Amino acid sequence: MYGKGLRALSLATFAALTATFALVFFYAPLDADQGFIQKIFYVHVPVAIVTLCAYVLGAVFAILHLRTRERRWDLRSYVAIHIALIFNVLGLLTGAIWAKASWGHWWVWDEPTLVSYLIVFLLFATYQPLRFSIEDPERQARYASVFAIMAGAFVPLNFIAVRAATAYVHPRVLATSEGGMPGQMALTFLIAIVAMTLLFALLCSYEIAAKQTRWQLRALRRRLLGGDAVAPLGRSAAPSLGEPAPRGPAARASRSPAEVAS
Amino acid sequence: MSGPAMRDAAALARTDADAAPHAAAKPMRPSIALLRKDLLLERRAPEAIPAMLLFSITTFVLFHFGLGRDEVSDQLAGGVLVVTLLFAAILGINRLFVSEQEEGGFDGVLLAPIDRTALFVAKAAALFLFLALVEVVTVTAFAILLLGPSPWPALPGLLVVLALLNAALAVVGTLVAALAIRTRARDLIVPIVALPLLTPALIAAARAAAPLFAAAGAEALPTKWLAVLALYDLVFGLLAYAVFDFLLED
Amino acid sequence: MDAPAAIELRGVGRRYGERWALDDVSVAVPEGATLVVFGPNGAGKSTLLRVLATLLRPHGGEARVLGESLPEREWAVRGRVGLLAHEALLYRDLSARENLRFHARLHRIAEARVEELLERMRLAGRAEDPVRTLSRGLLQRVAVCRAVLHDPPLLLLDEPRANLDPAAAQLIEPLIGRASGRTRVLTSHDPAGGLAEADLALGLRDGRVALSAPAREVDPAAVEELYR
Repeated sequence: MYGKGLRALSLATFAALTATFALVFFYAPLDADQGFIQKIFYVHVPVAIVTLCAYVLGAVFAILHLRTRERRWDLRSYVAIHIALIFNVLGLLTGAIWAKASWGHWWVWDEPTLVSYLIVFLLFATYQPLRFSIEDPERQARYASVFAIMAGAFVPLNFIAVRAATAYVHPRVLATSEGGMPGQMALTFLIAIVAMTLLFALLCSYEIAAKQTRWQLRALRRRLLGGDAVAPLGRSAAPSLGEPAPRGPAARASRSPAEVAS
Repeated sequence: MSGPAMRDAAALARTDADAAPHAAAKPMRPSIALLRKDLLLERRAPEAIPAMLLFSITTFVLFHFGLGRDEVSDQLAGGVLVVTLLFAAILGINRLFVSEQEEGGFDGVLLAPIDRTALFVAKAAALFLFLALVEVVTVTAFAILLLGPSPWPALPGLLVVLALLNAALAVVGTLVAALAIRTRARDLIVPIVALPLLTPALIAAARAAAPLFAAAGAEALPTKWLAVLALYDLVFGLLAYAVFDFLLED
Repeated sequence: MDAPAAIELRGVGRRYGERWALDDVSVAVPEGATLVVFGPNGAGKSTLLRVLATLLRPHGGEARVLGESLPEREWAVRGRVGLLAHEALLYRDLSARENLRFHARLHRIAEARVEELLERMRLAGRAEDPVRTLSRGLLQRVAVCRAVLHDPPLLLLDEPRANLDPAAAQLIEPLIGRASGRTRVLTSHDPAGGLAEADLALGLRDGRVALSAPAREVDPAAVEELYR
């Protein structure tokens, strides 16, 4: 049975997101300098934080995959990076909106966090083309894990380099010279981070459950209808989980597809 | 393969070789043997180095027209030089494992009783040397064609920066080359993966070189940027060492 | 069987995506014996050889080569196996001598051995020419040198006599033939010839074992059945 905690997770996410938007619109104070549009900060920054943490998580899963050689870790690594990439795009868009509202330009080179965020996007955007270009599923998973580890190590290095190179302009709302955010902003911000994290976890869980179910279905069809009745897989960037039904006596004692795909 | 297992393998190979009638009296280190083979191949049939050279010089011409300037100095000079070297390096990276891939040479190396990381060390060293050779001519061309201020005072500092930059290009380049060589779209994968990955090194190298090309006369090397470059080299060097084996096994 | 087994495979499989390139392959080859492997293209012959050479890891089942279990102890097997495959595994721009010296260094073999083999294979005259200028027959001879350079106890030969004229076949016989005393696994498309020089025969079809018996008990017609 896949997707066990999905309903609870969905409800929690929905609740957190609702709370976030309620707080943003009705509770958090209006920023004196930037006005209403500053409130996009409550989406942009949590999304950015979740993105970077997710990329590092993808690297951790990749390390686990290489060490244990279990394909479920590759699946988790793939999904984490995949969803993080979507968050990355969202973060860049909200960042652009914020930049336009604050400084009048859709893009500013002057603030290192946004710039390094873009470079990170350019790197991780190659993850799927890389996977797609390798046909052998085992090798695809292994090479993707190596890439994820390199790219995960890259995230902090990149941030350091860009930060050191840029004249610093990014509004420091996390810790101002006056010392910290006012309480209302801090609370809203915290809830926003929780909400974005839950959203990320939810999307990942959905994707993993969907893939596992699809593989389970495929394996069952192969078993019931025979290997030839099921069309062979085309090339895919996504990790494959389905074990082909082994036909030899020694292998029949091995695990069922349900166990394998978990 | 883990450390203890590798030591066992070496011990095993030694005892076997001693017992065997054909054992070499003074065995050469595998990475040296691999490096010599690559240097011999490039000397015998030069492909990478001439291409990288021509590409660099052509790029300088393009920069002249693209930027609309007869001379560059300061930050612009640092940037033009480093970016040109980066793009030229991509050509070299694309070719790095081609002889192995096309001539089934991977099997030859994979069948040998050696630590596979020796292949990484050898290829990275080869790439480093190729880049150094290319840079001798490229920097000279740069000084003649585009550089405003005199190159001589910049030279010692430039050597340090280029050494660190070459290390970054060699390590990351070898990793990406190994990643890409057995994929279907290998000459596409190399640039799109290597360029973002090398961006921190590019930033650090360009910023480090900039004061050397100051219009008013070469200034001191900024240690901050050298530290960033060195950190990058260290992190990726260690990572490559840990992870390279996984790219070769099947 | 008293002689220790050089190769022991039990239910070995090798996966490629959803397909099994090798499925439940079992065979035991004693030391010094010769196994011939038959089968149409795509049956898994080359895959089997590559698994035995430690170039591919087995997925499932148990595999022991030269007493070492794969894939855990694959590094202990490397250097004790000689592979003669479709690709010559030679760098085309280097000469025969340079290629062999390179492999000798990787295997920690003295360079004198290279010269000895070049002499025996009558290659000394062409040893300095780039490999890409050699005819296919000469290329195969150099490849044989490479395969036996390190005196491996196990030889894996993928159609070893392809491209060879009778004179050259004579030359390589003592190195890779039965008389060499090594354990050998060879693939063949010639039922009668293959069976004649083997002790054991294995027939593969779609990755599975279709035939497994001592060579003298196998009828060449049964081998031809595999190809239908």
